[in-house]
Amino acid sequence: MSAVIENHHDEHHHGPAAGITRWLFTTNHKDIGTLYLWFSFAMFLIGGAMAMIIRAELFQPGMQIVEPEFYNQMITLHGLIMIFGGVMPAFVGLANWLVPMQIGAPDMALPRMNNLSFWILPFAFFILLSSLFMEGGAPNFGWTFYAPLSTTYAPPSVTFFIFSVHIMGASSIMGAINVVVTIMNMRAPGVGLMKMPLFVWSWLITAYLLIAVMPVLAGAVTMMLMDIHFGTSFFNAAGGGDPVLFQHIFWFFGHPEVYIMILPAFGIVSHIIETFSRKQLFGYSSMVWAMLSIAILSFVVWAHHMFTVGLPLAAEIFFMWATMLIAVPTGVKVFNWVATMFRGSITFETPMLFAIAFVVLFTIGGLSGLMLAIVPADFQYHDTYFVVAHFHYVLVPGAIFSIMAAVYYWIPKWTGNMYDERLGKLHFWLSFIGVNVTFFPQHFIGLAGMPRRYPDYALQFADWNMVSSVGAFLFGFSQLLFLFIVLKTVMGGKKATDQVWEGARGLEWSVASPAPYHTFSTPPKID
Amino acid sequence: MNKGAKKTLRKLIIAVPLMFAFGFALVPLYDVFCEVTGLNGKVFQSENNDSLVIDDGRSIALQFISTNNENMPWTFKPSEQVMKIKTGKYHTATFYVKNTTNKRMVAQAVPSVAPSNAAAHLKKLECFCFEQQELMPGEEAYLPVKLLVSNELPSNIKNIILSYTIFDITDYDEEILSHHDMDMGN
Repeated sequence: MSAVIENHHDEHHHGPAAGITRWLFTTNHKDIGTLYLWFSFAMFLIGGAMAMIIRAELFQPGMQIVEPEFYNQMITLHGLIMIFGGVMPAFVGLANWLVPMQIGAPDMALPRMNNLSFWILPFAFFILLSSLFMEGGAPNFGWTFYAPLSTTYAPPSVTFFIFSVHIMGASSIMGAINVVVTIMNMRAPGVGLMKMPLFVWSWLITAYLLIAVMPVLAGAVTMMLMDIHFGTSFFNAAGGGDPVLFQHIFWFFGHPEVYIMILPAFGIVSHIIETFSRKQLFGYSSMVWAMLSIAILSFVVWAHHMFTVGLPLAAEIFFMWATMLIAVPTGVKVFNWVATMFRGSITFETPMLFAIAFVVLFTIGGLSGLMLAIVPADFQYHDTYFVVAHFHYVLVPGAIFSIMAAVYYWIPKWTGNMYDERLGKLHFWLSFIGVNVTFFPQHFIGLAGMPRRYPDYALQFADWNMVSSVGAFLFGFSQLLFLFIVLKTVMGGKKATDQVWEGARGLEWSVASPAPYHTFSTPPKID
Repeated sequence: MNKGAKKTLRKLIIAVPLMFAFGFALVPLYDVFCEVTGLNGKVFQSENNDSLVIDDGRSIALQFISTNNENMPWTFKPSEQVMKIKTGKYHTATFYVKNTTNKRMVAQAVPSVAPSNAAAHLKKLECFCFEQQELMPGEEAYLPVKLLVSNELPSNIKNIILSYTIFDITDYDEEILSHHDMDMGN
């Protein structure tokens, strides 16, 4: 009898399966988190290689390396891959690893759907990348795929692009549903909503945003598909449609999407600043309310991307003020981070360096966003490199720095090994210098009038473009160092303690390092 | 999965198709919004309204712009580039069109008004843009637009531009066009 019970016991505590099937059929949140993170790293390197081609072409004025048609394909794929393949899967991967451990749950609520939502992603990007080898080339209409450029004038591969966006959307929606169901129903007893770690809060809000807007994106590409193949005229003026309508629908998705890519970063940075300041986070509940207000406001600001389409004055004023209003909750967050560091006993390990750089550089990106929100100024800045500088400041040293900070911060928990602190700091400084040398000069050439999305430019922009390209190569190649550091940590290194960081608080630090394959099979006790 | 999780899951799964449908609902909502607010510079056919007719209106200039979409081969131009008109009075302008090809063609003109806040005060009693134009090879025509600019036009507007873009819709399936409710966009 006791042998039977023992056997039963074993079945519930098995480790990972051996070989490739472990990864193909896994329903374990940690395995799926790892898959997401490696996938996004691969996409980051592919999208980054495209950025290197773009900056190489822009190193000097005149046509140097690639054909203009290919350049257009590069900027389009760079944007799509970095957003849908780089940043978003990275955050989903972090959510998979951390959300169950931070709320004391044994796994995600829907483990099989979790497996599906990851494994359709590689197919989506295989389809998207294969369009590079099709007749007429890959999509070349920019990541915003405005109609009629993406319908009437698109290369034939646009249909594959639409299909791949559908798959990416399905993956994101499934991932988001999983996160919401997990957070709403699987918190350990005692983890009330206002006691959840901020990363969990940030992902709960992000997941709701995803469920609200990814179907709208799917609708937009479906309308494109129907215009292209089934003779409808959603966006075709000749048939009674309206191209401006496309921009409204796209940005109704697109603006909340921007916050989807930054809210989880807010959560990550809050944890890291708290840990390395050795203080409790300043203003926890105001942080939650700030994220909620940002999320709600994100639905009523979309037309600030379209100030120059001929909006009536009343609409321009409304969208200008609504946009500026977002600076208030964002300001609250920046204030709280600074207040947390104030009089803390701070140490500057690599995650903290990335987190502090995030606060400073994201704020620069936010301020240039405020400049762009001013309608009359936007008429001057629209579609110039100033816009490119703005959104790269919020996405690269914003979203991507936060992901790197998260990797350095939690990798000892994931692998049980400490990363090489000296190499980590070197990676930080190379990235920090690289990112600023790349994108800061783009403010200048943008204000001077250089338009975005052209492979060539007037001579007066030559100097700053060369500086920007040098910075881009520095930043780009530094990421190979990041890859090396991660691989080295996975292979071995100094053993990490369970708490890892002296100031770390939270359930994930109460389990062993590396985190066992199954954690919190019985809910933890919360005091 | 516990009961609460099933309930949350059910709600979220319903939300997804609803939001997908909302994306499509934005299409008619957009048109309705533009019609109600007059924000898009779109002008709709209006009824004969004598109450707007007055004798001592002020003078404004009405400019016409004609554009051929893409490869539309027809000749298309206003009979007069500029008309001096009085507010509160009906005027008729004409556009000359000629089918320069050797095949039967169907065209649709799409109008736009600038500045957009003038659109609400521009009343079109008749416009060739309210219907499709069919011309035989070499056929030509003068297309009329009968309009009135209300005296309530903001006094800072002294110049209204009425622009038409002509589209070749010969190959469009009649059925598809009717689905799109052509009067809405015009």
